[in-house]
Amino acid sequence: MCLAIPARLVSCRGNHATADLHGNRVEISTVLVPQTKVGDWVLLHAGFAIQKLDEREAAETWAVVKDLRDLGGGS
Amino acid sequence: MNTTAVFDSREQTHQSLERLRAAAGRLNRPVKFMEICGTHTMSAFRCGLHSLMPENVTLLSGPGCPVCVTSQSDIDQLIDLAHHAKATICTYGDMLRVAGSHGSLEECRAAGADIRMVYSSLDAVEIARLDFSRQVVFAAVGFETTTPSSAVAVLEAERMGLHNFTILSSHKRIMPAMRALLDSGDVRIDGFLCPGHVAVIVGADVFEPIVRNYHLPCIIAGFEGPQIAAALARLTELVADGTPALENYYSQAVTAHGNTTAQKVIEQVFVPADWQWRGLGDLKDSGLALRPHYAHFDARLRFSVRREQVKETPGCRCGDVITGRATPPECRLFATACTPVRAIGPCMVSSEGTCQAWFKYSRVKFARKAGVLS
Repeated sequence: MCLAIPARLVSCRGNHATADLHGNRVEISTVLVPQTKVGDWVLLHAGFAIQKLDEREAAETWAVVKDLRDLGGGS
Repeated sequence: MNTTAVFDSREQTHQSLERLRAAAGRLNRPVKFMEICGTHTMSAFRCGLHSLMPENVTLLSGPGCPVCVTSQSDIDQLIDLAHHAKATICTYGDMLRVAGSHGSLEECRAAGADIRMVYSSLDAVEIARLDFSRQVVFAAVGFETTTPSSAVAVLEAERMGLHNFTILSSHKRIMPAMRALLDSGDVRIDGFLCPGHVAVIVGADVFEPIVRNYHLPCIIAGFEGPQIAAALARLTELVADGTPALENYYSQAVTAHGNTTAQKVIEQVFVPADWQWRGLGDLKDSGLALRPHYAHFDARLRFSVRREQVKETPGCRCGDVITGRATPPECRLFATACTPVRAIGPCMVSSEGTCQAWFKYSRVKFARKAGVLS
């Protein structure tokens, strides 16, 4: 349940943002990570950005999430 | 993932396992480490780490799956709200199939109750905003990673002036559970693989008392196989050297003090309270209840929900499994009466549960035991 995945912010409106989640656009809340801006990578958990990330870290985490999903694990 | 990355991660894992074996060779006794995160459970199994580790080093799964540690009583309360109070229950998907004393939320939904799966706590607020004729209850479960989102939902409902939104909090704090496990003396633990995404919120320093007071090493780890392998190698080295320490192997996302904005939101809305855990019983200040200022968002108060002591399913040893006192095959229901298709205990229901991980990744062996394969 505590799985969090990286997403990149493509537009920001106050405490809300649209994030690119590996090609999918999702609406998320950025209220827990103030001062984020378009282009930032964030860790996304249950619709909320919970931390800012650097791009390299985001790419590495995506690799493992993809593996988990391919194998039907995680949630 | 590109080929170079695959090679790098294999090389890193290989090197970590070499270090792990070297350090294990210096140990004069078997050691047991514990992870406390469902995602660590699944990732370690998926990578086959357990079978790659030396004989004298074991990785146990602790009470890190929020669904698994939720008491039967908390699940019964949700089902009771759906059945008797005719409320709309909004829940994360993980909770749907967990059995209470009289069936699961999923079965309750099949019988006509209004139970909806949401991705975010704010989806539940939106459902309440769109239909004032329904009382909407959000099943607020999870550790510190998930708690801030429930707190934000309450603040948002207050801002909107919603009178038809409440939460049923089963939120839990990880540290009281770690301390209770160590104090119980039931299981000897030689170090912790600390949960990375809980640490994103609470900060690395929260785990320092485990090192100071119990003299056990703690490594905060990410979720990839190479990261877990590196953390296990380091834990073994710290035990072999007799130098317990707290080290952060997930520094890309975890800082010493954590996400202070999220901590403030939790602090604003919730207050620590004594809470019942499956397998650990009642633990002081281990849960989070709404502060008096937000009491009108408390489903237990609005619907006068009674908190009853409920006996866990006879024969089910999930309580022992999530505290490291038993492995799944030691439960007589495991892979016989209890399988992912027809799960009895929450550790088999949850996609992050230890029993499901054991079942999935030793599947042929257990399929034979269950008589599915000859």
